[in-house]
Amino acid sequence: MDNIAGTKSSLTWAVHISVVVLVALWLFPTVGLLVSSFRTADQIATGGWWKAMFPSEQNLTLRTLAPDTAVQEGTLYVISGNLFETGKDAEISRFGISSQHVDAFTVGDTAELRNGSLITVQPDGAYRMTSVEPFSGKRGSRVFVTATTPPEFTLKNYQNVLFDPANREGMAKAFFNTLTVTIPATIIPIVIAAFAAFALAWMEFPGRALLIAAIVALLVVPLQLALIPLLKFHNNIGIGKGYIGVWMAHTGFGLPLAIYLLRNYMVGLPRDIIENARVDGATDFQIFTRIILPLSFPALASFAIFQFLWTWNDLLVALVFLIDATGETTVMTKQIVELLGTRGGNWEILATSAFVSISVPLIFFFAMQKYLVRGLLAGSVK
Amino acid sequence: MHPAFQGLITIIIGVGGCVGYFYFSNQFLDKILFPPQGANAGRNINRANLIRPWLFLAPAILALGLYLAYPVVETMRLSLTERVPGGGSAFVGLDNYQQMLGEPKFWEALRNNMLWLVIVPAFSTAFGLLAAQLTDRISWGNVAKSLIFMPMAISFVGAAVIWKLVYDTRPIGQDQIGVLNAVYLALGGAEPKTWLTIPLWNNIFLMAVLVWIQTGFAMVILSAALRGISEETIEAAIIDGANPFQIFFKIKVPQISGTIVVVWTTITIVVLKVFDIVFAMTNGQWETQVLANYMYDKLFRANDWGVGSASAMIIMLLVTPILIWNVRNARKEMR
Repeated sequence: MDNIAGTKSSLTWAVHISVVVLVALWLFPTVGLLVSSFRTADQIATGGWWKAMFPSEQNLTLRTLAPDTAVQEGTLYVISGNLFETGKDAEISRFGISSQHVDAFTVGDTAELRNGSLITVQPDGAYRMTSVEPFSGKRGSRVFVTATTPPEFTLKNYQNVLFDPANREGMAKAFFNTLTVTIPATIIPIVIAAFAAFALAWMEFPGRALLIAAIVALLVVPLQLALIPLLKFHNNIGIGKGYIGVWMAHTGFGLPLAIYLLRNYMVGLPRDIIENARVDGATDFQIFTRIILPLSFPALASFAIFQFLWTWNDLLVALVFLIDATGETTVMTKQIVELLGTRGGNWEILATSAFVSISVPLIFFFAMQKYLVRGLLAGSVK
Repeated sequence: MHPAFQGLITIIIGVGGCVGYFYFSNQFLDKILFPPQGANAGRNINRANLIRPWLFLAPAILALGLYLAYPVVETMRLSLTERVPGGGSAFVGLDNYQQMLGEPKFWEALRNNMLWLVIVPAFSTAFGLLAAQLTDRISWGNVAKSLIFMPMAISFVGAAVIWKLVYDTRPIGQDQIGVLNAVYLALGGAEPKTWLTIPLWNNIFLMAVLVWIQTGFAMVILSAALRGISEETIEAAIIDGANPFQIFFKIKVPQISGTIVVVWTTITIVVLKVFDIVFAMTNGQWETQVLANYMYDKLFRANDWGVGSASAMIIMLLVTPILIWNVRNARKEMR
């Protein structure tokens, strides 16, 4: 609408800047978590993630080699080597030999340790420790350095969270549990709803309007009301807490939206096709499976993505209907809440776990955004 | 049995069962009960067509009735009863409600819910409208839209973790790793604050999470509505010399007011049910309780089904006006 009557708005640049700011604001929190999930615990704890792209100055505690690696050079005993593991690209500016004065010496200076030996540290971490007496003890001496380290990212967090055989965080199992909950809970309501929506859209029968009104009403009933009655019901029929219960609950809770979306879509299908098929002698069942279902694919996809997102991201239904005292069937959302409580400070684990759980819906979101938008537009009660 | 395998079997049984049910019940109707041939062919066809809709609807009606309609009634009944030790329950009238109204935590939850109800829909809709209007006019608008829309796909729990990092606090003197504190200190704040423990303000910080999620939804719907506005009205306004702000507020907004109401009410319903965010971020501590979390506390921590059901009924009560409004609109549309 910009170019109507030649009124190219002079505000265009302001619009661009505002949108950039808006997008940045909306992206910033998520990017923070993503970047954090690729950093080590130390890095996360010592500096904001927005500094991760730049070299950072850190205080590190390192150790020289053990005394038994000393070699004799003339009258001196010498230990030499590099404080860093090979391949680390850091630059030391200052160092110290006691935890009270971690930056007592400049690199290149020589410091005297308590046992009388001398140590010199170079910027790249190389050191040389000399003593007139033989070195004693089991471990090397501690050296405190102030070093500038380049940006560094690691995949180790993901390895720990997903592939650690001990599976301390339980995320790998929770991932499969979530998947186990999600897939049947997405497919079954679609089948049930499709048949019902067809009846509501293309069949004449008394009470149809009332049924549609009831479905619109049920769309907004808070599922909080269903928790206790259904838990009681599940216990009474003997399925208790478990997958069957959670599948049934998700099916029930997803149905109103599914029927509503599908009916609205099916009503809009061309009447001619359906009537022609009737004239040609097709039964209702054939019309449904051969004509309506294939034509309704966009609406089916819309609902499928909704239901998938909702069941994958759900916490409450899983807490009430699925997760029992053994915790064997825990899902990712529950696991993350647990981590927030017990490992609230371990951001590397939290960030990575959260991102593992977020990534699947995000992939779906970007792949099927078209259907999601279409579903939203059809699903909000006009 | 491995749960994934169990899941696979469930899909097969569930889907196969449904399809089988629909297929065989239709066959039964057409072939055995009312075959469209013989002496009564005409009458049989009519009868079959009378019954068939209910065959198609039966599983859905059963599931809806059992999983949504029955619980409303049952919760109402539970809210009027109390469990007696040793099983069973006794009718106690409005005692549960009375007990609930006497609890300061309930009033705190109600007050916070009201705050949520005002602030979250208002800001989500406003930001959504702003984003819709701005992105509609630029070439890379679709990319911007899908990035603002993205939080919709993120779970409330995931969002809670994301925002906990934003609100994180380190002791004074250390480098802050939470953006909010870093910005606060950079702007001259004296010392880092633990944002989620400051009463009343912490509610705002929790609401920010939901606004962040819901803005994308508002934007998508409103953007479609903005595109539906007839160009003539805007053209006429331009010719009459209206500036862009006037066009937006006086021409466009009034024309999409219906959609704005829809967006507003839809977000209101989400807000009334908000649970995960509070549960994961503060669990109702530091005066951030909301009704849904209060209810969860009562049901599963205090094991008090009576009061829990009573608070669920309060949520239902708050939803009811929207429910009636939606139903009336839907009926109007069908006519």
